[in-house]
Amino acid sequence: MSFPILSLTIWLPILAGVLIIALGDRPARKLAGVASILTLLASLPLYFGFDSGTAEMQFQESLAWLPSFNINYALGVDGISMPLIILTTMINVIVVISAWQVIKDRPAMYLGAFSIMTGLMVGVFSSLDAMLFYIFFEATLIPMFLIIGIWGGPKRVYATVKFFLYTFLGSVFMLIALIYMYKQGGSFSILSLHDLPLNQDQQYWIFLAFLAAFAVKIPMWPVHTWLPDAHVEAPTAGSAVLAAVMLKMGGYGFLRFSLPITPDASAHMDTFMIVISLVAVVYIGFVALAQRDMKKLIAYSSISHMGFVTLGIFIAFRLIAKGDDAGVALGLEGAMIQMISHGFISAAMFLCVGVMYDRVHSREIADYGGVINTMPIFAAFMVFFAMANAGLPGTSGFVGEFMVILASFKTNFWIAFLASLTLILGAAYTLWMVKRVIMGPIGNDKVAALTDINSREFWMLALLAMMVLLIGVWPNVIGGVMHASVENLVQHISTSKY
Amino acid sequence: MDNLQIATPEIFLLAATCAVLVVGLFVQAKSNTVYWLSQLTLVITLIMSLSQIGDDAVTGLSGAYTVDVLSASLKSWVLVIAIGIFLYSRDYVGNRKIARSEYFVLGLFAVAGMMIMVSATHMLSVYLGLELLALSQYAMVALHRDNGLASEAAMKYFVLGALASGMLLYGMSMIYGATGSLNLTVIGDVLAGNSETLSAERTIGARFGLTFLIVGLAFKLGAVPFHMWVPDVYEGAPTSVTMFISTAPKIAAFAMLVRLLVGGLETLSADWQQMLAILSALSMVVGNLIAIAQTNIKRMFAYSTISHVGFLLMGIVGATNEGYSASMFYAITYAFTTLAAFGVILAVSRAGFEADQLTDLSGLGKKNALLAGVMLLAMISLAGVPPAVGFYAKLSVLESAVGAGFTWLAILGVIMSVVGAFYYLRIIKIMFFDDPADDIEVNPAGDVTAGLAINGLAVIGLGLAPGLIMGACIAAFA
Repeated sequence: MSFPILSLTIWLPILAGVLIIALGDRPARKLAGVASILTLLASLPLYFGFDSGTAEMQFQESLAWLPSFNINYALGVDGISMPLIILTTMINVIVVISAWQVIKDRPAMYLGAFSIMTGLMVGVFSSLDAMLFYIFFEATLIPMFLIIGIWGGPKRVYATVKFFLYTFLGSVFMLIALIYMYKQGGSFSILSLHDLPLNQDQQYWIFLAFLAAFAVKIPMWPVHTWLPDAHVEAPTAGSAVLAAVMLKMGGYGFLRFSLPITPDASAHMDTFMIVISLVAVVYIGFVALAQRDMKKLIAYSSISHMGFVTLGIFIAFRLIAKGDDAGVALGLEGAMIQMISHGFISAAMFLCVGVMYDRVHSREIADYGGVINTMPIFAAFMVFFAMANAGLPGTSGFVGEFMVILASFKTNFWIAFLASLTLILGAAYTLWMVKRVIMGPIGNDKVAALTDINSREFWMLALLAMMVLLIGVWPNVIGGVMHASVENLVQHISTSKY
Repeated sequence: MDNLQIATPEIFLLAATCAVLVVGLFVQAKSNTVYWLSQLTLVITLIMSLSQIGDDAVTGLSGAYTVDVLSASLKSWVLVIAIGIFLYSRDYVGNRKIARSEYFVLGLFAVAGMMIMVSATHMLSVYLGLELLALSQYAMVALHRDNGLASEAAMKYFVLGALASGMLLYGMSMIYGATGSLNLTVIGDVLAGNSETLSAERTIGARFGLTFLIVGLAFKLGAVPFHMWVPDVYEGAPTSVTMFISTAPKIAAFAMLVRLLVGGLETLSADWQQMLAILSALSMVVGNLIAIAQTNIKRMFAYSTISHVGFLLMGIVGATNEGYSASMFYAITYAFTTLAAFGVILAVSRAGFEADQLTDLSGLGKKNALLAGVMLLAMISLAGVPPAVGFYAKLSVLESAVGAGFTWLAILGVIMSVVGAFYYLRIIKIMFFDDPADDIEVNPAGDVTAGLAINGLAVIGLGLAPGLIMGACIAAFA
């Protein structure tokens, strides 16, 4: 076994988080800063050492952990999970920068919780054992529960309990499904679950159990209602991590569990999934249009964008039926790039709102106006990210949406038509918000007294802008590592299990 | 009398307890002598118990008593938890008008009762152990004799406990009538024999006996619908006694359940599986739903216990060896997780102030982060959220239920565990999200803090390495 890079990327932030909490507030910021950069550095070999020519799991580690249940500490990544890990470790650095001066109340606990959560999320994306995955998946709820509950807004208790119970309820069904499959096949290894023969009924039930877990997490309409509450009440960095990484666990779950384990049930359910994805894209887009709270608007925009992810994933079965394998890969890769891109853009949007909130202590759109006059540099960033959120070509937001729409076109004009509405709706709600917040004459005295972003905030947003631009002009930077794994996935889901 | 030496730990414990009782008469009420002597007794007994782990199963005392892997490891856990109970309750009983030497002496007698239950393989010795435990507990609940609530709780506990004992005895006598023996091994052999040796009427008699036995057991465990006494007793008893009742005796009760149902009546498993499945489902639903409405921590824990009894039974429902080990794991982890939770509650309370309302914990995260952290771990463990050890307990009983074809029970269980998560989260919320009601510092003694830290580490550490206990539980039923 070579050097355990994945274990290092999981346990370094977790242990650092414990240490940060134990040592108290004084050294917390510096420690968290060092830990987050070290974690990012530890994760980079995953990208640069990645062999994009193969669909095999790479950087594998395996240790017997609970032999009586055949549960192993098994880790590994492929082209589907590795980009999400890099996203996680990058967002962690941004989170530390964003919290540097802002968090006054118990900074050690705050930064420690984020650090621990980073390790847990990396664990989610790198587990090759379903029970290990479940453990990381659930464990992330605890730090997020505390983050929203302690540092959140006025209705934080309601929001955080709702967040916890919704997602917990979703995932316990997954637990039963995992136990059931363990009873069938005698193993929790994800790769062996992929090959587990299951008849039609079994697949349906297992698909529904997974759906409960992942639909809530991503979140799909109509189980999305916890998300706006959680986002509005969460502290800025909490919203950023929630949108940037935690939602992706749902999309990742579909790709890693639902599709390969229950390909036939997924194929049978595809119309249903496509319909509710389109409802998310269109209906939630309209809901976003009606928001007065910037955070709520971005939260709804996230749900709408995640509808694109599920659309890209489930459109695949229509294309398989047509024998268009290239189209399948297009849709799946579009969904995956959309996830990564949304990770950066939504984090950036929430951080932008956070920057304004720190100064004015309001997230109401009506309390702003003409911010560009007092904060020109910030306004430039904000407009850039808003454009990316609306899917402007040249930004990462365009790439994923375009691929998914293109794949939809190959199946059905109307699906593509409805999906493309997001380009209009997305542009409408983000640009209208930008117009009311950033543009125009100075709205009130508070805006007049604003000071532009400092260098800390500048670098935080600049890093994100660079990523958004990089993926926008050179999508292959992440697309390239995905091909082999996606092709393997396509191969797998186009073969019936019975 | 053969093989007396297999009961050496119990004999030592009882002898030492009598000595402590006498010493207690001569020391001053405020001295800690009795406390330290009691701890010493427990530690020595623990060492003696640990030395029995790994030995082959030995039956002695005319078949009434067995020492095997199951008994040795369960006894060790009972003793470890009893040491924790005494440590956490030392200052609590010291600060109140509780006869403190009696508290420890009765506690030691109760531990002896539990150890006897764990090893008993004869209905008489099962009963003997059970009553030694129960009588000590009745008295412990009543220790706060000026408190009306405590006296009422003790009366209720005594009357319903006696009723349950009556049920048990009645069931035992019917089984004796059907099989001609009280020795559980012999009963098992007779029932396993074919229809020639056991007529149809006798089989029916045994089944009737079984029913009464299960009613009695359900009473003692506090399973729904025989749970009525639990909330009142938990609330009325002094908190340290509530802690006592809710932790170690669960392990002994598990042992009794296994000895009677598996050791003696496994042939009738098709009959008791159904009964236990219903008890399990009802306990999980009723316990969790009513717990939500409670504002008193002790009452909340009472209903939470009821729901956990439902989970404990879920493992046994399958009637498989892996199910029994799953339940054993559940009982052990439940006991030391609850110990941690009550330890924190006792540490927060002080003379004249019972921390028994949920709001009494508000702002604990700011006052004493360590205590709040331990409580946090205990709560997520009881809620069954990974990576705390309680998750593996739930996982293993669910796994055994699914494996035995009781998938509906498992699904009900996970849904109910989400309901349960709600009230456990509320405690976390009160500790971390609410502001403290006063600025009185919470600083328990150094050894109590250390004990709680170790206890909390065990909750998370055994979650990271659950194989440590799991292996022993599987070995006990191999």
